[in-house]
Amino acid sequence: MNRREFLKRSIVVVAGMAVPTAALELIDPKKLLAAKPELRWVFLVDTHSCVGCGFCVKACKIENEVPYDANVTRTWVERYVITKDGKTHIDSPKGALNGFTSKKIDIGQGHTKEIKDEEIVQSFFVPKLCNQCENPPCVQVCPVGATYQTADGVVLVDRTWCIGCGYCIMGCPYGVRFFHPVYRVAEKCNFCYHRISKGMKTACVDACPFGARKVGNLRDPNDPVTKVIMTERVAILKEEYGTKPQVYYLGLSKEVR
Amino acid sequence: MKSHVWRPLFVAIGLVLLIIVVRSFLVPDDFGVWERGYMYGLHRKGNEAEWKKVTVKYRTKAYCKECHAEKVESIDRSPHGIIPCENCHGPAMNHPEDPPTLTIDHSRELCIRCHAKLFTPSSGRSKIRGIDPVTHNPGAECSLCHDPHHPNLEALKRHE
Repeated sequence: MNRREFLKRSIVVVAGMAVPTAALELIDPKKLLAAKPELRWVFLVDTHSCVGCGFCVKACKIENEVPYDANVTRTWVERYVITKDGKTHIDSPKGALNGFTSKKIDIGQGHTKEIKDEEIVQSFFVPKLCNQCENPPCVQVCPVGATYQTADGVVLVDRTWCIGCGYCIMGCPYGVRFFHPVYRVAEKCNFCYHRISKGMKTACVDACPFGARKVGNLRDPNDPVTKVIMTERVAILKEEYGTKPQVYYLGLSKEVR
Repeated sequence: MKSHVWRPLFVAIGLVLLIIVVRSFLVPDDFGVWERGYMYGLHRKGNEAEWKKVTVKYRTKAYCKECHAEKVESIDRSPHGIIPCENCHGPAMNHPEDPPTLTIDHSRELCIRCHAKLFTPSSGRSKIRGIDPVTHNPGAECSLCHDPHHPNLEALKRHE
């Protein structure tokens, strides 16, 4: 074998190895059907109804055993205060675990900012949680297959499989992931998978006295949540990222990030 | 074919085989590509069942009603009827076996979650009657004057 021959053969071998296994697979009708299952969990948040009581955050932390006083949470509520000078002030003290009880805006590191009532044009609350994206970037970046999407659309984390690299925490554009201080793995909202799979509502939905949070099945046309999503003016967060989030908001304004 | 050139190849093949054998022991059988495909569905299937097994702590008002039907129905007629029992009484878990009694949150901090007066146009908060927690009887528990189950002060006075 001379040098020319060797190089030629090497190129053929490398090119052959570069063909992904996916390209060689035949289309399986069962898999195509599974891509359109009977059940797809979605969430609906009505920002008009939310009063910022934070009962959802409290219930979520207890239900899902997230350390109560640690400054991490699966769901949280943000307060938006828009003033006459066009500025937007956003705060969420401890994720609104104890609600919003003061007019002062929390600007971090123990400091607050006072805004006079006369200055305020708009002020409202926006609950946040995992969007259970149709194209979850957090799942794509997991190097070990510890986080994944179930057939019904919920993104879960396998605690025994997670190596704690933190790529998913960086990858989520909505900042819903964090390190669980006890298990030392990535943690996130999973729509209370243990509750919804038993026919119950999520803990935050059950804790909300004002019906600001609702969970439903997007594949069921008679589901009241689906009806609202299909017929009313709903918005999603950070549409431009192409993640196709499945938490829909009523009354979202452009200031909400 | 006996040549020192081939020796590293055998070592490489041996290593690959070793890794495949070790992997077959370490990786569980149900680990693989599931419904959502290569990009989103690579996982250990058994983990889904593990998440479903998590204990339910908040049992909802329907569970409270099984024993405290009269109480629940009476509260349902008051403006506070929209608030789930467990928000103030704590998660029921396996009450009455475990815990036999629930820890009720009587604190001011609980009430002012909704009733601290904020200036919130464009939010449902503005429709709730509120007080300034700094000036309105500071330090006193709300339930000294207000009945949390029937919060209407005017109605309370009628009963006196």
